[in-house]
Amino acid sequence: MLAVSDLHAFYGKSHILQGVSLGVGEGEIVSLLGRNGVGRSTTIKAIMGDVRAQGSVRFRGEEICGLPPYVIARKGLGYVPENRDIFPTLTVRQNLLLGVKNPRRPGRWSVDDMFHLFPVLGERAEQPGAVLSGGEQQMLTMCRTLVGDPHLIMVDEPTEGLAPMLVRQVADLLVEIAERGVAILLVEQKLTIALAIARRVYVMGHGRVVFEGTPEDLRRNDGVRKEWLEV
Amino acid sequence: MLELVLFSLLNGLVFATLLFMLSSGLTLIFGMMGVLNFAHAGFYMLGAYFAYTLTGYLGFWPALVVAPLLVGLLGAAVERYGLRRVHRFGHLAELIFTFGVAVVIEEVVQLAWGRTAKSYEVPALLDFPLFRLFRTSFPAYKAFMLLVSVGIFVFLFAILTRTRAGLIIQASLTHPGMVAMLGHDVPRVFMLVFGTGSALAGLAGVIAGPVLGTFPGMAQVLGTIVFVVVVIGGLGSLTGAFAASLLIAIVQTFAVALDVSLSSALATVGLRMSAGGMLQDLWKVTIAQVAPIMPYLLLVLILVVRPTGLFGTRET
Repeated sequence: MLAVSDLHAFYGKSHILQGVSLGVGEGEIVSLLGRNGVGRSTTIKAIMGDVRAQGSVRFRGEEICGLPPYVIARKGLGYVPENRDIFPTLTVRQNLLLGVKNPRRPGRWSVDDMFHLFPVLGERAEQPGAVLSGGEQQMLTMCRTLVGDPHLIMVDEPTEGLAPMLVRQVADLLVEIAERGVAILLVEQKLTIALAIARRVYVMGHGRVVFEGTPEDLRRNDGVRKEWLEV
Repeated sequence: MLELVLFSLLNGLVFATLLFMLSSGLTLIFGMMGVLNFAHAGFYMLGAYFAYTLTGYLGFWPALVVAPLLVGLLGAAVERYGLRRVHRFGHLAELIFTFGVAVVIEEVVQLAWGRTAKSYEVPALLDFPLFRLFRTSFPAYKAFMLLVSVGIFVFLFAILTRTRAGLIIQASLTHPGMVAMLGHDVPRVFMLVFGTGSALAGLAGVIAGPVLGTFPGMAQVLGTIVFVVVVIGGLGSLTGAFAASLLIAIVQTFAVALDVSLSSALATVGLRMSAGGMLQDLWKVTIAQVAPIMPYLLLVLILVVRPTGLFGTRET
């Protein structure tokens, strides 16, 4: 479904991505692991067209590298940002409505479905996004991307700064999303979550992929874990 | 006294809506694109000149509609084929670009219409005093200006708050990148906002031309005040632009109307200035003479006390 090969990106003179290659299959959850600053977030921003990159990104058989972000989004690639980029002055409902790409062609999830799934959001539908708690804002960004009916979502650090109970909830939600047929590329710090729900994992170091395998492979591979993941 | 207050208020209100017609577009463009558009007042001037010429062929009323539309199209084209290309070189390049456009507009206006003021007059239909109070009359044209401005604001407000396009614009004000990643064509939204802002500036020119004069310096005269308004209100804030338009307009019209010297004004608050001394000439200056400086004094004051402007959230 998504095939990235030899992706390069630069911030000024520094070479941030040095030939990243990875793939995500239909309905699959794939985790992108690695320490801070190794280029995980840049990788998904480059795929999304938000960071200028060279190389190849094929999505559902089409080359999308170099296209503007809104065109890539319309092809069915969703992005859930790390910093919970909600629109703080708009209401929860308006935030969700902005996720809908074409109001005349409803997708798998409607705004009301989201309110059923997350009653908290429903209760606060008419309140500005800014009043939500961190966890609720995370739910809102996720839901906002889902109502756009994506085929694949890229989620950047969804559990960052959340209470343990919420972390569990987010993980369950991700599994449910995948069960409904949406593939997920997950950038995650917490190894336990990533290993529990992902089918395959990539580990990044210094701007490239240094390990690729199943969660089981990674558990057995002490060397990779010590060198590239553990602090 | 009551007469003075009433008419100053009315005139202030007319001037305020004019300022807001310009500052709303300028602040929206800044909020979305981070560009302080130096050419904005140029579009205002083009509106007046276009209307002057079109009035000769079509009459005032068709010109009232056609001139702003032309200016809007021109603005959209400037964004689409100029600003959008310059965008990737950063804000400084954009600033210089809009400055260049402003100069080009001014030169083209002088080439096409000459250096002298044009006799662009109030249409005959509206050239009568609407009402008379005490010894002063209020022209019907000013009431018309007020009506047009208020109508435009109601319309714009409805679009911004009640439609999907308005939602996209509101969200793009703060998070353009995120809006694009949700699948909305943000560059197109930018072009539309820039075009609409230019059209509004053009409309302001059409209706202000007969009152404030249609001459090559008109962009500079109002342009600087509009920048002051936007900075005082807070860059990117529509509410701020509205409040600051009112504030500046009313302060200025009242100051212009007050024909008392600084020393007697200070005397009313208990400060006696000596008739002699180094500053004796300063105290003889009337408040009306100081009026043009007022907006800039306010600007300096605001920048010192509250650098984000009245309603702004970011540093100017």
